[in-house]
Amino acid sequence: MTDATLSFDVAMEKFDPVLGFEVHVELNTATKMFSSAPNVFGDEPNTNVNEVDLGLPGVLPVVNKKAVESSIKIGLALNCKIAESCTFARKHYFYPDTPKNFQTSQYDDPIAYDGFLDVELSDGSTFRVEIERAHMEEDAGKLTHMGGATGRIQGADFSLVDYNRAGVPLVEIVTKPIEGAGSRAPELAKAYVAAVREIVKNLGVSDAKMERGNVRCDANVSLRPYGQEKFGTRSETKNVNSLRAVENAVRFEIQRHAAVLNSGNTIVQETRHWHEDTKSTTSGRPKSDADDYRYFPEPDLLPILATPAWVESLRAELPEPPATRRKRLQADWGYTDLEFRDVVNAGVMDEIEETVAAGATAAVARKWWMGEIARRAKLADVDPVALGVTPAVVVELDALIRSGAINDKLAREVLDGVLAGEGTPAEVVQTRGLAVVSDDGALQSAIDTALAAQPDVADKIRAGKIQAVGAIVGGVMKVTKGQADAGRVRELILKTLGVEA
Amino acid sequence: MAAINRDDVAHLAQLAHIEMSADELDRMAGELAVIVDSVKSVSEVAGADVPATSHPIPLTNVLREDVVGHVLTAEQALSGAPDAQGGRFRVPAILEED
Repeated sequence: MTDATLSFDVAMEKFDPVLGFEVHVELNTATKMFSSAPNVFGDEPNTNVNEVDLGLPGVLPVVNKKAVESSIKIGLALNCKIAESCTFARKHYFYPDTPKNFQTSQYDDPIAYDGFLDVELSDGSTFRVEIERAHMEEDAGKLTHMGGATGRIQGADFSLVDYNRAGVPLVEIVTKPIEGAGSRAPELAKAYVAAVREIVKNLGVSDAKMERGNVRCDANVSLRPYGQEKFGTRSETKNVNSLRAVENAVRFEIQRHAAVLNSGNTIVQETRHWHEDTKSTTSGRPKSDADDYRYFPEPDLLPILATPAWVESLRAELPEPPATRRKRLQADWGYTDLEFRDVVNAGVMDEIEETVAAGATAAVARKWWMGEIARRAKLADVDPVALGVTPAVVVELDALIRSGAINDKLAREVLDGVLAGEGTPAEVVQTRGLAVVSDDGALQSAIDTALAAQPDVADKIRAGKIQAVGAIVGGVMKVTKGQADAGRVRELILKTLGVEA
Repeated sequence: MAAINRDDVAHLAQLAHIEMSADELDRMAGELAVIVDSVKSVSEVAGADVPATSHPIPLTNVLREDVVGHVLTAEQALSGAPDAQGGRFRVPAILEED
């Protein structure tokens, strides 16, 4: 059943949205947060675990130093204060994704707190999001629900558990309530998560791939009448795992809340699940009170002291901040403000940087990522980066065009083949037989045929009406199914007719 | 007055997915109340000037370098599992959480 919604514009006329985000970032350390088992994505189930990850009796966790350093770097990049001393806590819940029956996390003394992030919006303005805290914890295992009709948890007969992800270091970044976003709330939601992702990727502390769950967002939304100070009741939409989904989920929840409130009913505080297929949320479980987790200090782990010397040495390692980097890249690439903003909003700045680094010009990189690739992404209703085109493919396509092996039209067909999994561009050219016909002999016979078919046009050209050559070129392209270099065809036609261009 | 009552025990049992009969709840509420009351005497002894202790050993920053060490095979990991399938632990479907 789909919930009723109010149109976004009407919702905005009546209500003031307040947002809040919890973003989980998986760190890309070699090992887990509390064990020396490998932190690797995509391996065979339960091959990256040891006794600590399985929560077997008698084991002792030991904190990963690099994970602490990465957490401090994230805190610094988010303009947070770093706690001089902090501890770990046990967060209890009983669910098979956590074999210990508690998640080791931090409770009332997070490693980083009181920060902010200036988020750039598409109109070029900046919106400051206040950061409440960033704390260290561990990821849970992965459940696959089996049986039942839908493959979803409802109706499942049993679940299968892979603990490879259990114990992977996580940093959870929690914002303060975000007020004043107004109708820009959905856009801000997307821009905030994009900014966090960009920061952790830039720091090198996370692979930051949302499609792999390296960055996951829980979005809190509440509405209140304009002028009211007290927040409305919030819903928390869990695991919204793409930038577009974050924007859409916040928009949907605003519209759903507005419909509920507008009809005189009240919002239930609960978790919601986002469904990409229907672009809507459904009710999850009622939000449990924090007390239900029965947090208590982790007796197996000792406090972490972040000395000023340690923090400052980490601060000195911080890379160029993304906003500074953007200014530099725009200058390097010579894009206008509008061109550059479009690139950023399309989420392909990193791809263009990699494409340029791999040898394409900035203009060529933009032509592909903002042209053909963006067009296809729009048709497929996905982010351009999710389409599966890599910078290496773009560079190879460009090289093939520049060498004269293919033309722009053929390059699009080659891209079809690459996306269909037929191999590299060169392999697709080979297997699909897409190379431009550059064999003059083959071209010559096509030209002779075309000239014979249109003798009046041939006469015009001989008489000096060079522009009429287009009709013959068209005939040749038709015969060669577009696989000829039009410039070379033109040259050959004029040579055949003995006309100087 | 006891710091833990029958409703608390019922609530905890529900959170822990433990089924308890009425008799068990009555008995456990009584037993746990005695234990909690006994422990409570510690907080009566510790004054406001004594910070909470989470660990008796005065150590900090016991850290490990980020180097891969001991790891189990899937067979070893699953060796104690009541049920397994396809290299994974097989567990009953639990619906209340996400």
